[in-house]
Amino acid sequence: MVILWTDALIYFLLAVIGIFGFYLRDKVHIKRPLYQLGNSVTAMVSLVVLMFFLVIGLLDSIHYKSVTNPNHDIVSLLDEMLTPLREHNEKTYSAPLSAFLYSKEMMALPDGSQQWNYPRLSFGGAHLQNPAEERVTDVAIKAVVGLTGGAVLVFLLMLLCGLLFKAKRQQLFGRQSALAVWFSVLVLTALSCCLMYLSLFYHVFGTDKVGEDVFYQTLKSIRTGLVIGTLTTLVMLPMAISFGIVAGYFRGWLDDIIQYLYTTLNSIPSVLLIAASILTVQVYMANHEQAYTSVLVRSDTRLLFLCLILGITSWTGLCRLLRAETLKLREMEYVQAAQALGVTHITILWRHILPNVMHIVLISVVLDFSALVLAEAVLSYINIGVDPTTYSWGNMINGARLEMAREPVVWWSLAASFIFMFTLVLAANLFADKVRDAFDPRQAQR
Amino acid sequence: MQTILSVKHLSISFGVGHKVVDDISFTINAGETFALVGESGSGKSVTALSVLRLLPQQAKLQAEAIDLQNENLLRQPEIEFCKIRGKRIGFIFQDPMSSLNPVMSIGDQIEEALTEHSIAVANTKQRVLELLKQVELPNPEQKIKAYPHQLSGGQRQRVMIAIALASEPNLLIADEPTTALDVTIQAQILVLLKKIQQQTNMALWLISHDLALVSTMADRIAVMQQGKIVETGLCHDLFNHPQHVYTQKLLAALPAMQSCLRKPGAETPVLLEVKQFCCYYPIRKGIFQRVVDYVKAVDDVSFKLQRGKTLALVGESGCGKTTLGKGLLNLIAGNKGQVLLDGIDLATLTGKQLRQKRSDMQIVFQDPFSSMNPRMLVGDIIAEGLLSLHPDVDAYNRQQKVARLLGQVGLPLESSGRYPHEFSGGQRQRICIARALAVEPKLIICDEPTSALDVSVQAQIIVLLKKLQQEQGLSYLFITHNLAVVAEIADEVAVMYKGKIIEFGNVEQVLTQPQHSYTQKLLAAVPELKRQ
Repeated sequence: MVILWTDALIYFLLAVIGIFGFYLRDKVHIKRPLYQLGNSVTAMVSLVVLMFFLVIGLLDSIHYKSVTNPNHDIVSLLDEMLTPLREHNEKTYSAPLSAFLYSKEMMALPDGSQQWNYPRLSFGGAHLQNPAEERVTDVAIKAVVGLTGGAVLVFLLMLLCGLLFKAKRQQLFGRQSALAVWFSVLVLTALSCCLMYLSLFYHVFGTDKVGEDVFYQTLKSIRTGLVIGTLTTLVMLPMAISFGIVAGYFRGWLDDIIQYLYTTLNSIPSVLLIAASILTVQVYMANHEQAYTSVLVRSDTRLLFLCLILGITSWTGLCRLLRAETLKLREMEYVQAAQALGVTHITILWRHILPNVMHIVLISVVLDFSALVLAEAVLSYINIGVDPTTYSWGNMINGARLEMAREPVVWWSLAASFIFMFTLVLAANLFADKVRDAFDPRQAQR
Repeated sequence: MQTILSVKHLSISFGVGHKVVDDISFTINAGETFALVGESGSGKSVTALSVLRLLPQQAKLQAEAIDLQNENLLRQPEIEFCKIRGKRIGFIFQDPMSSLNPVMSIGDQIEEALTEHSIAVANTKQRVLELLKQVELPNPEQKIKAYPHQLSGGQRQRVMIAIALASEPNLLIADEPTTALDVTIQAQILVLLKKIQQQTNMALWLISHDLALVSTMADRIAVMQQGKIVETGLCHDLFNHPQHVYTQKLLAALPAMQSCLRKPGAETPVLLEVKQFCCYYPIRKGIFQRVVDYVKAVDDVSFKLQRGKTLALVGESGCGKTTLGKGLLNLIAGNKGQVLLDGIDLATLTGKQLRQKRSDMQIVFQDPFSSMNPRMLVGDIIAEGLLSLHPDVDAYNRQQKVARLLGQVGLPLESSGRYPHEFSGGQRQRICIARALAVEPKLIICDEPTSALDVSVQAQIIVLLKKLQQEQGLSYLFITHNLAVVAEIADEVAVMYKGKIIEFGNVEQVLTQPQHSYTQKLLAAVPELKRQ
């Protein structure tokens, strides 16, 4: 078992969420919003989608030294599960579900003559005798088999749940939101079974320039996206929240200092700061080569520092919003009533100000999440984003820059990363929207 | 007499089921003032908006007919309706602060009303000036170029009236036209409205919650309760012989000035003594933020408050009465002067001592909607003071205390597990009183505790405050602009004007024989219920 820095932080985040959930488990007034959340179809469906992403991301966060591999590379659990896919490398580009390469080559025919044509792929559709005729039917059959397999799996699970929890059957299947959960689980499982089954025989999303399977790349990118989205937030939130509400609440010289700090930080182009820190890390790693022997460890350190520096440069926006909101809240009469009751400033901040700015935090965190995933793509473009060897949607989109200019166009890298990113960001947005509504007592009444 | 507006069997509902307005019918005649009276939420504003077709989208309207001069408004297409709205029916909104466009000069805004309805006048500018003169705006020639923020609230309301009058409407709807204004300004605006109505012979439809105000203005009155008109009648009849129970209840709830004629209680020891109290706000200018001058919000105020008595602090908005209340509690910075509570100077206390002393002085705020944290349970809100000032009380005793307090202010026990927004304005004010009582104070500063409430609820809160005073010997510093409430509750009165106390004395003496000219003006402006 190898624990990388980002892995450790992810486990830490999970532990914090777990402890928080444990702490809230029998708070009466938390149950009502949770119940409302549980009854919302949108919330539950987006939660299921998020969970799928999360599970993939977590599987990809359990690293260990491979036993089977002769080099003893560090691999993740997800790598192990996708092993045939991981090693099915072609020569160069190939279209999704194709049996041929995307570029012509000089091939030696059995009779000794040479031909300028599209060669067969070494893995994609290799089992077909005559791809031109058989391929479409074969793909269709395999897709249906995969879909049915997934569906049967979910139905078995439903049956099992129904039999095991007889008392809770009404809760498990009676409500509309519960049915929506089962339905989305069904769709997602069937879809992933179908994709997995197909990927044993084909490259579902094609291959990239060096012949690597794009489906594998997108799955590996999920972890990078989640890490950048969550860890950056983890770095940014404490600063933004504490500075924002302290500046707004206490005013005076404290406010002046904090305002000065974020105005200064805002006036430095963030790209410069990011470039400086990434380059520093690279130099550091080059000077301490013996500590960074593995490619994976190097790219992980770079990812970690990218999250740190992104967090340090992106807290100012939220901080400004929170300061403004706190300026408004501190004049509210309930804050003055608390002061009249002799409540200390710290308690007022914690009990009266913080809960009433949480909706802003939630909304901007989710919006930032999508912005950060995109920022990573932009930074990769000027080569100061994640390590080029790290799988990330940013790197894929960055690569697509040249592929889109190619003739004929290679669109699948961009499309695959777009679909996955879109689904993740949309699900996160919808879910956060519902969470905000559920935890606002004024909204909940309706 | 010619009928201007006739509404027949009007019902309005939002969403499914609940009817906001339930089958009401009434007529308004030319030259008369018709008043629609009711408490908040009774559906009076919605009725007015429905006549103008300004209801929100989700509202469902059903009516047999809404006739304006025998022309059914319901059949008019929207494009025709634009020529009715603002031209034949004028409208004055409640809040003059937000109903004028802040980036247009008032002259332009009145002119817009003229050109929009293509009213042929020889000289537009001349007509705008005439209108401004008609609404008695001082120096109309200069004010014509002024922007709304340069005018006071009363002046803005005059401009609103000028805009409504620009097209010489047959019917003028005034929705709570003076609620946001001070009493003296209110009296001026009402006189103005009455005068203009007599000049132009238009019908005036007044919507108000204030029965006393309506009794001085209206010819006919309709009383609304929960979407229904429960009683209609001539002003004189309705106030002297109210038929419906609800009308009787409303009239009974009205605080009466006569109630100040009661025996003053015995002298008690002084609880709070304020000497030369000042709250100055510095005005800073220049690059180094030098203090060049001060805004004197409270200027050299001294008074004494006896134990178990109520001192009413009366004044118009901006006179510094709220600042004084908060300043006494040390909630705002920049105070000078001595505040002696039980003979102890609060200025000498610091940190923990001051925090402990806070349990003797509590405050109840005006707005029951912003004075409680919307994300805290009512039980936690009430227990907050206990938690900070008496941390030694354990959870069980705290809960017991909260339950007892809820009982004292007349709320059900299960309220403690609910959120503030689930309660009505009056109930929230009860919660705020319970929160203040939790730390067993000797003095409660009530900052306009009833001005956001309906009359009947206001009466209940006053009864509750009096009851608590008798039971626990509390002293109140009662800040208000409503002189009738003062008559009901106060033992002594201090009248504030521009940061200074200009008159101080026994309630009967101040309200019946005011010495200072400002107090006399204030009292003259209070609309009194016309009864014979």
